[in-house]
Amino acid sequence: MRVSCWRSLPTCGLQSTLFQLRDLKAVGKKFVHVMYPKKSSALLRDWDLWGPLVLCVSLALMLQGGSADSKEDGGPQFAEVFVIIWFGAVVITLNSKLLGGTISFFQSLCVLGYCVLPLTVAMLVCRLVLLAGSGTVSFIIRLIVVIAMFAWSTLASTAFLADSQPPHRKALVVYPIFLFYFVISWMILTFTPQ
Amino acid sequence: GRRRKRKRLRLAGAELYANRVFSSPTGGREQRAAGLLIGCRGAVPAASLRVTEAAAGSGWAVGSKANPDATTISIDEPTEAHKKQHSRRQEPGREEDDELLGTDDSDKTELLAGQKKSAPFWTFEYYQTFFDVDTYQVLDRIKGSVFPVPGRNFVRLYVRSNPDLYGPFWICATLVFAIAVSGNLSNFFIHLGRPTYHYVPEFRKVSIAATTIYAYAWLVPLALWGFLMWRNSKVMNIVSYSFLEIVCVYGYSLFVYIPTAILWIIPQKVVRWVLMIFSLCLSGSVLVMTFWPAVRDDNRRIALATMGTIVLLHALLSVGCLAYFFDAPEVDFPAPIIPAHNGTTLITKVK
Repeated sequence: MRVSCWRSLPTCGLQSTLFQLRDLKAVGKKFVHVMYPKKSSALLRDWDLWGPLVLCVSLALMLQGGSADSKEDGGPQFAEVFVIIWFGAVVITLNSKLLGGTISFFQSLCVLGYCVLPLTVAMLVCRLVLLAGSGTVSFIIRLIVVIAMFAWSTLASTAFLADSQPPHRKALVVYPIFLFYFVISWMILTFTPQ
Repeated sequence: GRRRKRKRLRLAGAELYANRVFSSPTGGREQRAAGLLIGCRGAVPAASLRVTEAAAGSGWAVGSKANPDATTISIDEPTEAHKKQHSRRQEPGREEDDELLGTDDSDKTELLAGQKKSAPFWTFEYYQTFFDVDTYQVLDRIKGSVFPVPGRNFVRLYVRSNPDLYGPFWICATLVFAIAVSGNLSNFFIHLGRPTYHYVPEFRKVSIAATTIYAYAWLVPLALWGFLMWRNSKVMNIVSYSFLEIVCVYGYSLFVYIPTAILWIIPQKVVRWVLMIFSLCLSGSVLVMTFWPAVRDDNRRIALATMGTIVLLHALLSVGCLAYFFDAPEVDFPAPIIPAHNGTTLITKVK
């Protein structure tokens, strides 16, 4: 919840709204920035965590329903996906700050969360492909899609975050991001329907 | 008697790991002075400084400008490349002493690493001091752990009073996922042809792997550090390590298991065991060469027992990971328990 609009718009006063059209537009704009990463600072300046939340929830939901019967060795549970994404993002942010990065905590969380968007698209594509069949061909298609989206996510987040790092430590900051998106891609690729 | 020599001698910073110098007229204590890196600028009375030979290859050396009678033994110097890389920590114009002494911030540099973090522990800056490494330093340390040179001490050569937590943490994280993913892949390839096999991602194993590896990489150094501190209080050791340095060595020594875990996908028993022994030798030798100088002056049996425990725990880790995460190849697995069997039993019971 947040207190919205201080200007004189017809519907507002100091009422709290859950989500407003203006927020939706801001989130949408950031999605576009992620899909076409350029050195724009819109993602960094006006950070918000709505987009990452929506992406995380939808990714976790789509990862359900696989091997649902299997008690022990199935895919990740909803809570596990959630924890991995948020805990992973927090750890990477702390890592980059400890190495001397100048980006703020929530800005970094925002960037890492938004850059999960290509992988969410990959998950969607994978589920659609799996509806058609689950043979070798579908596996190859899924593999190619996931690899492409993984590369896109990593490059997008690196493009946003790399400038705020000290010069001799860029690789030290980029590697955990690579590992983070690799783990998410692995979860997406190994998703098998029941 | 034993005297503190720090005020009178300018002692090297990074090369020296004990903050007490023993010198006594009796013969027995002289052995303690062996292995100390000492450089004397001014005149030092010969009687106050007795040295004996340092073990070759231990990297210790003694030199005294004012006292040519003292035994002088050449040092296994760090290579030029390392000296140049770390030269920004040295003051210029002291090259001839740097040959023997290493860095020379004597009065300011604490001899035991870990005491230079001066920010209070509840501030962010305190923890930033543990991440004060550049990319090339991390890569150097990794290289030093994969290619251990006999006689070179990993801590002295690479860590050099700047232990970092970046390497241990992220190497452990990578190892966790490498083992989990490789195990999953290898099981997939092993069971590929079977009709009853249904692929599962085995995600639970990630948390088990994480617990095991992080516990090993942090609790074993804690126990070892406590043990070494306890022995240090009983027996004077020349070399002692801070807790962070031990964590650093353990963390970097685990690096060689990452390619090993990936190569364990190959479903041949012989190949896997050869790989395991090879990686155990590499990483175990890093540990042994690091900790042997710290226990060597102790009771022989205790020193050997400590070394044996270190190597044994390391071997247990790799054997355990191989056994748990990677199914044995070419073994026929029993058919999965048919639920109807249990269901039938249940029904009869209900009846």
